[in-house]
Amino acid sequence: MAEIRNYTLNFGPQHPAAHGVLRLILEINGEVIERADPHIGLLHRGTEKLAESKPYNQSIGYMDRLDYVSMMCNEHAYVMAIETMLELEVPERAKYIRVMFDEITRILNHLMWLGTHALDVGAMSVFLYAFREREKLIDCYEAVSGSRMHATYYRPGGVYRDLPDKMPQYLKNDFRSDKELEAMNENRQGSLLDFIADFAKEFPQSIKQYDDLLTDNRIWKQRLVNIGVVSANRAKQMGFTGPMLRGSGVTWDLRKNQPYAVYDKLDFDIPVGVTGDSYDRYLVRMEEMRQSNSIITQCVEYLQNNPGPVMSDDHKVSPPKRNNMKDDMESLIHHFKLFTEGYSLPEGEVYSAVEHPKGEFGVYLISDGANKPYRVKIRAPGFAHLASMDEMVKGHMLSDVVTIIGTQDIVFGEIDR
Amino acid sequence: MIDNIKKLVKDFTLGELRGGMKITATELVNKKITVQYPEEKTPISPRFRGLHALRRYPNGEERCIACKLCEATCPANAITIESEMRDDGTRRTTKYDIDLFKCIFCGFCEEACPVDAIVETQIFDYAFSSRSGSVITKERLLEVGDKNEKSINQTKLEDAKYR
Repeated sequence: MAEIRNYTLNFGPQHPAAHGVLRLILEINGEVIERADPHIGLLHRGTEKLAESKPYNQSIGYMDRLDYVSMMCNEHAYVMAIETMLELEVPERAKYIRVMFDEITRILNHLMWLGTHALDVGAMSVFLYAFREREKLIDCYEAVSGSRMHATYYRPGGVYRDLPDKMPQYLKNDFRSDKELEAMNENRQGSLLDFIADFAKEFPQSIKQYDDLLTDNRIWKQRLVNIGVVSANRAKQMGFTGPMLRGSGVTWDLRKNQPYAVYDKLDFDIPVGVTGDSYDRYLVRMEEMRQSNSIITQCVEYLQNNPGPVMSDDHKVSPPKRNNMKDDMESLIHHFKLFTEGYSLPEGEVYSAVEHPKGEFGVYLISDGANKPYRVKIRAPGFAHLASMDEMVKGHMLSDVVTIIGTQDIVFGEIDR
Repeated sequence: MIDNIKKLVKDFTLGELRGGMKITATELVNKKITVQYPEEKTPISPRFRGLHALRRYPNGEERCIACKLCEATCPANAITIESEMRDDGTRRTTKYDIDLFKCIFCGFCEEACPVDAIVETQIFDYAFSSRSGSVITKERLLEVGDKNEKSINQTKLEDAKYR
């Protein structure tokens, strides 16, 4: 009888469940995976190298495009690196705005993850409901920065603009009666903060909906429980961070362990898993959304009561107000200098990390004293997670690969950079 | 004990699946959040960064003075400017091209412009039918500006106090 050989299967890069451009070479025996070999680099855009050729501020927009479902968190790490180097003081209000938008971003990311993960595993409707809520948060992104995804909102020294007093509204058209329009614009009557407060009030019900649809669902459990188990020790060894690490039961969160911005002033909990399987990671992320929601509520309360500057007034780094720029010679000089040459960082190096929705997102920056970084290294959490793919899928079935890709929350923008 | 029995009954009667179906059924009759594009659009913020436009002063003179700040600050090098001195001694552009394939819509050009000449409008639905169509020239930019001056003026005024 002829010898039966392992079957090699090419999974992706154009596979709907591959979350972008992941190419997996799977060696399978029947339907059991014996080896998984992820091939990366198909979305490599050279962000790190690109940053070396531009003044510091010009790379902020490219940070959005790393992990393109958690935009502002990426910016936060980059901006924080520059601020640490310059020893620049950020106004309190700006810190709160940043934290609020970091948490909005976390919910955005987790909703995207939940929707696609459920879709991969076979639950269609969660995806639609998750995007309904995402739409509201993306509206907040747009109201504050002018862009629905690639915000370019954080700047060294604070954030670009203060939160708007007015929320954009639906306009009159032939399809809607006045009454309908009024109902649609109901939560858009006040400021952006009112809109966010309104969202935060209603969001727990939406989470309950996802919870009811998935948590106890037998198909969902059959597909997730005991799939891709990682022990706490192994998770640490492989450099896991974020929900992947916490799902294995390790209490580690940069927001608690080395608080940045104003996280030390806020009250929130860090959920951890027990068994370290896909289902635990699902539960951890669901709880993280609830915690983020509570952080948002706390930030809204502070921001509503504490008006103030949102940008450092050190005009060597942050551009002066437009009105001043038009009347005042010195401001105009600052303005021109900032938008052409930028500013120089002192010689040295810095590593700044934030708790990104996916884990520890770090920016390692070396400056040789010029107005451009000498080297930027980006630590993407997804890279370490993807590296464990082989170990996680070994012995599982082909369909579990999809679950594990989902549970790792892979986004190729940050892995390939 | 009682809890165990309850759980057993729930499991055997497909309790959690029925719970899920209930949500789907409720959403089926609930109000939809979709809108009838293009007749109807979702709310657009005055800060929205869409298609670019070049503006004019109320007297019809173009604002751009070819200071090239936007060109210098553009992260994607999408803007190309050439300038000349006019007969009346003013400095103006002879070429102002934006390559929309390169542009990353970060809004830095608008931020940098000292005379509010280059702006990003609320227009997000545009298309071009040829490869070279991605490069919008000065004439096109001014045209977009002239056509939408009213809404540009209004949105920029609305946002002026934050900048």
